[in-house]
Amino acid sequence: MAILISYTLIFAAILLLVALGGCFSEHSGVINIGLEGIMVIGALGGALIMQVLSPELPAIFMILIVMVISMLSGMIYSLLLAVAAINFSADQTLVGTAMNMLATAGATVIVRAINSAADASNVSSALRYGKQKDAFGFDIAGFSFNWFVVITVIILIAANIVLYKTKFGLRLRACGEHPQAADSVGINVYLMRYAGVLISGALGGLGGIVYITTGVSEWKFEYGVAGFGFLALAVMIFGQWKPTRIALAALLFGLFRSLSNVYVAFDSLVSLGIPSYVYNMMPYIVSLVVLALTSGKSRAPKAEGIPYDKSMR
Amino acid sequence: MNKKNKNLLKNPGFQSFLAALVCIIIGIFIGYLVLLAISPKDAFGGITAIMKNFLNYGGKKQAVMKYFGSTLVKTAPLVMCSLSILFAYKVGFFNIGAAGQYVAGAAVSLFFALNFNFHWSVCLVIAILAGAFWGAIPGILKAYRNVNEVISGIMLNWIGLYLANSLITIVKDPKTPFSYKLEEKNPLGKLPSFGLEKLFSNNRYVTIAIPLAVIVAILIWVILEKTKLGYELKATGANKNAAIYCGMNEKKNTVLTLAISGGLAGLGAAFNYLSGVEQWATTQTSVPGMGFNGIASAFLGGLSPIGAIFSSFFIQHITLGGGYLDKRVYCAQVSDLMSSIIIYLCGFALFFKIILNRALDKKEEKKAMAENEKGGKN
Repeated sequence: MAILISYTLIFAAILLLVALGGCFSEHSGVINIGLEGIMVIGALGGALIMQVLSPELPAIFMILIVMVISMLSGMIYSLLLAVAAINFSADQTLVGTAMNMLATAGATVIVRAINSAADASNVSSALRYGKQKDAFGFDIAGFSFNWFVVITVIILIAANIVLYKTKFGLRLRACGEHPQAADSVGINVYLMRYAGVLISGALGGLGGIVYITTGVSEWKFEYGVAGFGFLALAVMIFGQWKPTRIALAALLFGLFRSLSNVYVAFDSLVSLGIPSYVYNMMPYIVSLVVLALTSGKSRAPKAEGIPYDKSMR
Repeated sequence: MNKKNKNLLKNPGFQSFLAALVCIIIGIFIGYLVLLAISPKDAFGGITAIMKNFLNYGGKKQAVMKYFGSTLVKTAPLVMCSLSILFAYKVGFFNIGAAGQYVAGAAVSLFFALNFNFHWSVCLVIAILAGAFWGAIPGILKAYRNVNEVISGIMLNWIGLYLANSLITIVKDPKTPFSYKLEEKNPLGKLPSFGLEKLFSNNRYVTIAIPLAVIVAILIWVILEKTKLGYELKATGANKNAAIYCGMNEKKNTVLTLAISGGLAGLGAAFNYLSGVEQWATTQTSVPGMGFNGIASAFLGGLSPIGAIFSSFFIQHITLGGGYLDKRVYCAQVSDLMSSIIIYLCGFALFFKIILNRALDKKEEKKAMAENEKGGKN
């Protein structure tokens, strides 16, 4: 049971981080399909910095440095989306798809180049960070927890305050609902959308490093992040673009995800005879059904996906 | 002479071609920079190896033709996937679910070919139906429940992948994670070549899929441009309310579009797996990239069915060209990197066209103004 809880918490935290990222981007009016790719690049940045850090570094510094680097990597990568979608009115779905492909291919090329530069016979696309990642965990009464779960809770509270209690949040949401109206009262729509996309880059990048340091001590970048970014998108929609509801959705999806990993440890679940692919499919099926039932009163930002053109006001 | 030039530049087809060319050149250039960064002395050889692909065999005509055939074998399914994407896009849908519809077509046609030893022609039809069914689901959700087709498509991609893995497990070779080899289990299920393989030094994966893909591309062009159905579908995409007002059944058109789009992707999967060139790996944890690459080639081809044939060939050409890189220095993913940069740049194509048109208009205006002034003086 303990393993199920700790897996659920950590998977929920990852999904929550990335979905909150998507939430900021969409509230500013930009659809971010490229979250998957942003996660990969954030993970790459974090894993690379962990390679050079000494495992003896105090845990707090290890966490802070890895966090900052992953967030920065994600932000820089998300600029690809921001520039294309905001300044060049590009099709956001197309650009996001390209970013997902580019991230996996690019990360593989970079890691392989680094690996074979260090050792000519090493052509794998994996990075190891076994010792360094020990800094991320802590034990309370026999349960092992991850510091990033705590950080995620803080980010959730912050996101809720920023979106609903600050001037910035109000302006951001106005740009996703009705950019023309926002512009008419002097809000810089382009700037707000940049802010939305960059925040999604930071949170997506952080989600990426937490994902690849969960449970495993090395990561093959050929695999990207195995669809977790897409699952986070589902979480965001399931949560109706509201941080608190997204958190609940993330818990539910995290539970299913960890069940598919650890269900063999439960006799009662094994005796049900449900094959593992059913657990894998479950989050997607649930969100599809929920979408079908609730999309009539969808809370999606009204202007999302539509490039803002000042001259069309 | 000058006038003719201007007309050519104003031609939307030529503009698409120009935009694609710019994307490709920048993409190749960035790929070259990446190779330079990894190992400067091998970079030029590397980029030429990618660009040459089967031409790397130089004087050996037999080998060149054989590997030219291999590139075509991989081009046929990609053409179908890009047709799937562009057909839906012309009607106003971004069918990111094509990847899942491709999976549906692959799994179901392989299952019937390997489990029931069905004839290839039946399997092709089954693949189309499976893809169409998997495409109709987001269509129905969009038409009746207003669910965004991108989101439902992404969900269905993953559901499709897990279902496909479990279905193919039934016809899996017990010794490997792969499905049975089609040639050994059911030779009748493999697409025939009708002597076509002789042109390609007996490359046994060369089948009628290649000419069929071209025929389907032309067919899609005819449907979109020359028929009432195509007109209705495009009208629905351009302005839903106007189409409803004109008496078109908007809901039916939505479902039909995504079903046709899905059918095309499903057929593409059959072209790949029923040619025997690839077996389905039941252990795969990510959706096959063919459907996503379809997005690339659809946009690179300027969203034209005929353009899709050439852009698909180009993408497969550089993807397979990656295999000729010196493995000790570079990895094959450099080509994936190049093609994803090219797709990314395709996002700017619209902007490129607007700028080009604006510049042309300005030039024309200036000329007209100058002529007017001349007239005034006289």
